[in-house]
Amino acid sequence: MTHKTIPNISCKYFNEKEETLSRQQIETLQLERLQATVKHCMNSPFYKARFEEAGLKPEDITTLEDIRKIPFTTKQDLRDTYPFGMASTSLKDCIRLHSSSGTTGNPTVILHTQNDIDEWANQVARNLWMVGLRPDDVFQNSSGYGMFTGGLGFQYGAERVGMLTIPAAAGNSLRQIKFMTDFGTTAVHAVPSYVTRLKEVMDQVGIDPRKDTKLRVLAIGAEPHSEEQRRRIEDMMGVKAYNSFGMSEMCGPGVGFECPEQNGLHFWEDYYIVEIVDPETLEPVADGEIGELVLTTLCREAMPLLRYRTRDLTRVLGRSCPCGRNHVRIDRMKGRSDDMIVLRGVNIFPIQIEKILMQFPELANNYLITLTTDEDNDNMTVEVELEELFTDDFQRLLKLTSDVKRALKDEILLTPHVKLVPKGSLPVSEGKAVRVVDKRTVYQ
Amino acid sequence: MTIKQLSIFIENKGGTLIKVLDLLSKANIQIIASTIADTKDYGIYRVLCNNPSQAYSILKDAGINVQLADVIALSIDDEPGHAANAIKTLSDNGISILYMYSFLWRSKGVLVFRADPAEKAKETIMLNKLSFLTEADFA
Repeated sequence: MTHKTIPNISCKYFNEKEETLSRQQIETLQLERLQATVKHCMNSPFYKARFEEAGLKPEDITTLEDIRKIPFTTKQDLRDTYPFGMASTSLKDCIRLHSSSGTTGNPTVILHTQNDIDEWANQVARNLWMVGLRPDDVFQNSSGYGMFTGGLGFQYGAERVGMLTIPAAAGNSLRQIKFMTDFGTTAVHAVPSYVTRLKEVMDQVGIDPRKDTKLRVLAIGAEPHSEEQRRRIEDMMGVKAYNSFGMSEMCGPGVGFECPEQNGLHFWEDYYIVEIVDPETLEPVADGEIGELVLTTLCREAMPLLRYRTRDLTRVLGRSCPCGRNHVRIDRMKGRSDDMIVLRGVNIFPIQIEKILMQFPELANNYLITLTTDEDNDNMTVEVELEELFTDDFQRLLKLTSDVKRALKDEILLTPHVKLVPKGSLPVSEGKAVRVVDKRTVYQ
Repeated sequence: MTIKQLSIFIENKGGTLIKVLDLLSKANIQIIASTIADTKDYGIYRVLCNNPSQAYSILKDAGINVQLADVIALSIDDEPGHAANAIKTLSDNGISILYMYSFLWRSKGVLVFRADPAEKAKETIMLNKLSFLTEADFA
């Protein structure tokens, strides 16, 4: 499986054979690897017990559809088996451990063998090659390192491509910009809100990314963002920005990535089985319908996961692409099955609100949704920062507010309070931005 | 004929005004006149000062939403009827006032306003020989 050689730079594909498999070939390979993975999982005390409880044997998996017989794995399972109860290999075969912070209860632990690390690097390399990066590119990874897999994941992947790779890590924007100009950075990986921040600092110090840097590719991910925000980032930086999907439970970044068509993320089906299920009934939904993304690893040794519920909501866009890859195309994440706002019976995703706000050039990127209960009524207030004071005429400011309200009403079917606030007045977090504050009275 | 006025977008909450005033005071900017208009959620603080372009840069660099607005400052005698006469002249020529404030400056009254349409207002003031102040008068 591992690919240590780098293809000719004119080749479109990093792993030509795997990337250009037909649907039939993908499914044949998947069944073979699913059967091997299930068998391997019986080394894990957790999965052994799970299968026994479900009265299921590895031999019962004879078709791809049989995957539905396998119980789901959840983040709670990872917490309950903390730290090593999920492992399918002995610890002496493991060379790396990543752990996520435990916001509620135990943290989660993900173990890797040497082969897991190699395969992970290969997936990231495949993605970066796909969007045109080659060994003569300079890749600056402005992502957190340490336990956050966006650091080492992109580091190893970019090195695998053969690029000069700068582990710039997150923060210290002035230094980031200096690296870009001094080292001739052509590609940057960062969370989208940090790209916006970098551009603000560039403006302050008089750097124009189009003229003063060689930047041409951005990899953005780890933070939900709308298509509008991506286009805005592309416009402000004068580059192509590609959406990246990953999660530490699978390995990290690399699981899915956009090709140059920018029409959904190719999820690598030689590495994963992708299911989209209704988060309530857990039954599969049809292609095109939104549901929860469920992933099964096919090549992991240390900690394979079967039918892992990601809590990310998305949908299948298609299973073919003009780029020549038949690996399933998955829409950008529509939100989390657990961050959905239900207000007065209406389901709202913060990303819908963001999408609308981004359509107004007068508004800045930072916003905050606050839910309150006022006299038994639940209300939503959307505070959004003003980009520039474009007028000192109240009538025009009020018109902007009412235009935003109307556009939001069209999208989310109820009218929130919209409050313009000065730039810089909303809290900005270093990592993932906090977008929703729920102060509602909880009804019993 | 127009002079530059700072228009500053401020949130309706404690501490926002003092932040602006502190920045101006540290740069030794002298405020000639100022006024706040507010809505439920936010206000606009309008300031005439002795060095509007410097003040603008200072606020902008501090990340404050600020605009330099072109306003007209008419100079009138400090006696009953003179403000009415000046405004009537504008009104008779189809000019609206978007906002206005007034103060005393060296024993004369000053009417500061944004006019719509602005060009027509300037023309009318010239043709009717109304007296106005320029930035140099406040520098």
